[in-house]
Amino acid sequence: MGSRSTPAPTTLRAWLTAEVPSSAAQASLQRAWFGWLRFLGNPLAVAGLAVILLLLVTAAFAPWIATHNPDAQNLAVRLQPPSAEHWFGTDQIGRDLFSRVVYGSRITLYIVLLVTVIVAPIGLLVGTIAGYFGGVVDTVLMRVTDIFLAFPGLVLALAFVAALGPGLENAVIAISLTNWPGFARLARAETMIVRSSDYIAASRLQGASAARIIAKHVVPMCMPSVIVRATLSMAGIILTAAGLGFLGLGAQPPSPEWGAMLSAGRRFMLDYWWMPTFPGLAILLVSLAFNLFGDGLRDVLDPRSE
Amino acid sequence: MPVDPVIAIVGEQADQQTYDKVYRELGLDQPLYAQFGRYVASLAQGDFGTAITTGHPVIQDIARVFPATVELATLALIGGVLLGVPMGVIAAVRRNGWADHVVRFFGLVFHSVPNFWMGLMVLVVFYAGLGWIGSSGRVSLHNMGLVPEVTGSILIDATLAKDWDVLVDALRHIVAPALILATGAMAYLSRMTRSFMLDQLGQEYVTAARIKGLSEWRVTLHAFKNVGVQLLTVIVLAYGGLLDGAVLTETVFAWPGFGQYLTAGLMAGDMNVVLTGTLLVGLIFVTLNLVSDVLYRVLDPRTR
Repeated sequence: MGSRSTPAPTTLRAWLTAEVPSSAAQASLQRAWFGWLRFLGNPLAVAGLAVILLLLVTAAFAPWIATHNPDAQNLAVRLQPPSAEHWFGTDQIGRDLFSRVVYGSRITLYIVLLVTVIVAPIGLLVGTIAGYFGGVVDTVLMRVTDIFLAFPGLVLALAFVAALGPGLENAVIAISLTNWPGFARLARAETMIVRSSDYIAASRLQGASAARIIAKHVVPMCMPSVIVRATLSMAGIILTAAGLGFLGLGAQPPSPEWGAMLSAGRRFMLDYWWMPTFPGLAILLVSLAFNLFGDGLRDVLDPRSE
Repeated sequence: MPVDPVIAIVGEQADQQTYDKVYRELGLDQPLYAQFGRYVASLAQGDFGTAITTGHPVIQDIARVFPATVELATLALIGGVLLGVPMGVIAAVRRNGWADHVVRFFGLVFHSVPNFWMGLMVLVVFYAGLGWIGSSGRVSLHNMGLVPEVTGSILIDATLAKDWDVLVDALRHIVAPALILATGAMAYLSRMTRSFMLDQLGQEYVTAARIKGLSEWRVTLHAFKNVGVQLLTVIVLAYGGLLDGAVLTETVFAWPGFGQYLTAGLMAGDMNVVLTGTLLVGLIFVTLNLVSDVLYRVLDPRTR
């Protein structure tokens, strides 16, 4: 028994905190574990995550959480203040506002996820290609991005909706069109950092194609900052979508989209304060949650910032 | 709701013949590339088209509504700087203390709140509830057109005309939209100020100053002097951001400015208004970015 091999860890925690990982999988799980511990040290970020989880649960189980049918009109109880029966009150045609806010979470989630799924890959693709190849490719791609970045987000989204027509799907397209350049910029910057590293040169010498290098060696390096950026931009997407809905250009009534509900409540707000109050609070809460969560995520994933 | 531009002109009741005539007059029967070519050609000649809704050239309309937005945005920027910069400095000096946490949290809250909703809430509480502020527009109906228009800013015009009633009334109307617009700038500026200050406070000259025995106040003053240029550049950028926020804020407060003109054009399907408006905002945005870069180069000797 001369060699002093470390005894095999017995608990999961010991395995996760072992000094010397014995496999790549263990090493990355350890990193994730320590990242999680760091994340837990930031109570605001944890609160943000909790609200996001609540949003997911609400959207998934909306029919069970809602107390009424969100579209059921009941003129007998129109414009009721919040009560035990109608927690957030009722609107001008007697629909239960709590149930509508609950169902609205589905639309918010739908917009946020759809935009992110469209925007992150496009930005990543454009950015890594521009950064990896440089030269003319870079110039052309970046000038295209610059054109989109030359306009403030909401104004550009408005212009796109004006051309496409109002509606939920068109709002998603308009927001996506305004959102991808930020990701492209970010991915390009990250790519330029890793482009000249030795491991990239090594795989190029081994005969790897540009596509393979980008997909296997560049994109993974961009992922942490792209994930952080995506989380933070979700907050902005929620606000823009609600703004479009408020102007009557996003989801159309009777859809319980929060922005559209606000715009409907606006006409009644001076006498019936609850109509615009609760959908707005929902927007604020969810947008704040994504910002808090994104900030916490950045501290864990991207130690360079700050 | 954006509608068919032809219907916007001829109305819902028009017969097919009239419709077709206007359709052709607008050039909508031509292929898209021909329409686009014609549009770019007229842009090059400085012709931005006529607004269907008002019948005036769009540029003329925008020149009329723009001062209202500039007045609002400028006041909002002043508010944002006066609130945001001190908050950022305090947060940096008291890093990780409770003041820092409070500033950062409220910065995020104001970054996350939908401006238009905050506008509605303020109207409910301070106009309907307490009656402290005016409802919408730049002045009350009975004060409209009382002071001669000189600068386009009603606050300055009223002061020039020494009409204090109008001035007070105008102030009561502008305070809410300006403050709400300011919150966005405040959130952004406090975050930037904090990170600039932290950068400076970590420098060795700060340590040296502390060793020399300078008071914390003097040290902060020293560091603040060195973030001035960076701060100025982000303040210029924040001004561009306010234009974006103005679109929704103006809609909520019926502020007769550029944002409201743009959304009204949008609802009427008036593409000349939408396109010119978007182009103009882009132009201002890019110009402000340029100004910010130039200022940085000119004012900071290290970049030369």
